[in-house]
Amino acid sequence: MPGGALKTERQAGDSRVLEIEDLRIEFETGAQAVPVLDGVSLDIGSGETVCLVGESGSGKTVTALAIARLLPCPPARYAGGRILVNGRDVLRMSARELRTIRGRVVSYVFQDPAVALNPVLRAGAQVRETLALHRPEAAHNDEVISLLRWVGIPAPELRIRDYPHQLSGGMQQRLMLAMALASHPRLLVADEPTTALDVTIQAQILELLRALRRQLNMSVLLITHNLGLVGEIADRVVVLYAGQIIEEAPARELLSRPRHPYTRALMKSVPELGRDAPRLDAIPGSVPRLGDWPAGCRFHPRCPMARPDCSREAPALASVAPHQRVRCRFWDHAP
Amino acid sequence: MSLLSVRSLSIRFPVHRGWWRAPSRFVHAVDDVSFDLAAGETVGLVGESGCGKTTLGRAVVRLIAPTAGAIEFGGIDLASLKPGQLRPVRRRLQMIFQDPFGSLNPCLTVGQIIGEALDIHGLARTRTARRARVGALLDHVGLAPADARRYPREFSGGQRQRIGIARALAVEPELIVCDEPVSALDVSVQAQVVNLLHDLQREHGLAYLFIAHDLALIEHLSRRILVMYLGRVVEAGDTKAVCRAPAHPYTQALLSAVPRLDPSANQRRIVLTGEVPSPITPPSGCRFHPRCPMAEPRCRHAVPALGEISSGRWAACHLVGAGNRMAMLECLV
Ligand SMILES: Nc1ncnc2c1ncn2[C@@H]1O[C@H](COP(=O)(O)OP(=O)(O)O)[C@@H](O)[C@H]1O
Ligand SMILES: Nc1ncnc2c1ncn2[C@@H]1O[C@H](COP(=O)(O)OP(=O)(O)O)[C@@H](O)[C@H]1O
Ligand SMILES: [Mg+2]
Ligand SMILES: [Mg+2]
Repeated sequence: MPGGALKTERQAGDSRVLEIEDLRIEFETGAQAVPVLDGVSLDIGSGETVCLVGESGSGKTVTALAIARLLPCPPARYAGGRILVNGRDVLRMSARELRTIRGRVVSYVFQDPAVALNPVLRAGAQVRETLALHRPEAAHNDEVISLLRWVGIPAPELRIRDYPHQLSGGMQQRLMLAMALASHPRLLVADEPTTALDVTIQAQILELLRALRRQLNMSVLLITHNLGLVGEIADRVVVLYAGQIIEEAPARELLSRPRHPYTRALMKSVPELGRDAPRLDAIPGSVPRLGDWPAGCRFHPRCPMARPDCSREAPALASVAPHQRVRCRFWDHAP
Repeated sequence: MSLLSVRSLSIRFPVHRGWWRAPSRFVHAVDDVSFDLAAGETVGLVGESGCGKTTLGRAVVRLIAPTAGAIEFGGIDLASLKPGQLRPVRRRLQMIFQDPFGSLNPCLTVGQIIGEALDIHGLARTRTARRARVGALLDHVGLAPADARRYPREFSGGQRQRIGIARALAVEPELIVCDEPVSALDVSVQAQVVNLLHDLQREHGLAYLFIAHDLALIEHLSRRILVMYLGRVVEAGDTKAVCRAPAHPYTQALLSAVPRLDPSANQRRIVLTGEVPSPITPPSGCRFHPRCPMAEPRCRHAVPALGEISSGRWAACHLVGAGNRMAMLECLV
């Protein structure tokens, strides 16, 4: 059960696994640098699950990769801010220090298993390789098989001999999860791990994530464009739009009372079972492209509540309640 | 009378293990599927990936030939037509695709893409008429007539899907097979395209066979629904009724797996174990039995027929049949 506001409060005093402060990232395209992330701040407590939500191009994957400094530089450039993992700034670490973080403290699972899996290595060998890197004492077949069993791969003693292409999408995702968990990480960053999967398999993976997180007291940063997953797994939600956080709230709070006009519009545009309406509430226009961010509030050209000021003054991300921040000056006005 | 009538349709693909060998095994992509679709109606088609939705859709627009069974469109048996006779029927049947990036020729301008469709069916006599028609179509789907000179890569995903819709509309079809047309779009844009399809249907009396894996979207769009599992229809009926009280255990599981935005939507969660088996060697008996939480011994051997369990409601499950008989017995007592 996601604990909602209660859990968030309790954990505020605990040690934070991840603290991102005012992170700015740019991409160099030709002569000029285009901002991609514009002052993103977010933190994750121990054992907490945070959902990072946003439509394509909003900067979710860039945020995820930045945590272990995995962005290729160039074209990417860390233009400002800090990323503290277990209290230490990743952006100031040496290559050697980074290796002690990557895959060991922070592990990744991606939407496309092809990125992470080696196509010419059997499933068992891939997991063993990861173990050899992070827990050499456990790099043997017994541990590999028990890891595969743990993530719900049936008949693991047989599956270890399969190549990735012989496994289904759901099984590849589980294999990737087994590799990510082999090191017993403190933070799992899962970037759209279920987007390519059917809802039935998605439900299996989410259930698995919930169980694993309990067993390991692991923190999870789950990245998704699907708001529906928030209610399934998140303690807290951070909504990203055009490189900025526009709303942050405990999961239940966000789902029952979204404050930002974008969050509200996004929730209304999703078809819901049992809702009776001949037309969906679409958001006019489209997500602004990189380098094409509108002045003032970046959502104003599409916002049903926009006022003349909105195109001039960029709103700040303001605290509106404990644990709740909104980047809109008119958040408390009726829509 | 129905516009489209599909009867006992089966489609098999040979599995080649080396070009020198005759195929000894087949993918049973679609197996004994029957349904009707009336003019101006939307029928939704859902199921997990690989269950045969695209194959069924492609057979309906005659992009592939069925292995067995019949497809009747406007009273014409499509299988009986010679290649030359197919074109006038093709015009009335169009398809839009999931991938708005792959389904448009990148070397042609938008005007050429839509104009091509007009030319094939001889729908624009002069260049001026053609240009006017293309402009009107673009305007109709929410683009600008001037966009005709631009190339697909200059458009966003949602706009490209609008181009695909304009191309389909160009030939004034009666039925459009929509194969996951919004799955690749951003949530905020998805609603725009869905609304456009809805408005076009009302305006032109179009019929849609709407394929999606998003049950909520299907519930929103279509009055009737077909639920497919491993090539077979396992449940069919009024969409609202099916979503409110699914009869087949597979439909129940599929519905319960849909993540809900509304935190108060208290749902019973059925997490299916295992995955969809291979359609090359589908399970015996009921194809769903290895994953079914309610399977009984007979489910392993006997194939359940798609039977009408109440008026307009069909399910292929031994247990649903039994439950139904029980209910009927109670009524008699
Ligand atoms: N290596 C790269 N070079 C240039 N631009 C990039 C690169 N990676 C991502 N981007 C751009 O950065 C923006 C944010 O991307 P991303 O974080 O992947 O978005 P998403 O929220 O969909 O995960 C997008 O506009 C994307 O095109
Ligand atoms: N041209 C083809 N040759 C061989 N097998 C195919 C072909 N097209 C589809 N299949 C197989 O048929 C089954 C149904 O595929 P498809 O209709 O694309 O499913 P869906 O659209 O429901 O995901 C799958 O197992 C797929 O691999
Ligand atoms: Mg991404
Ligand atoms: Mg398909």
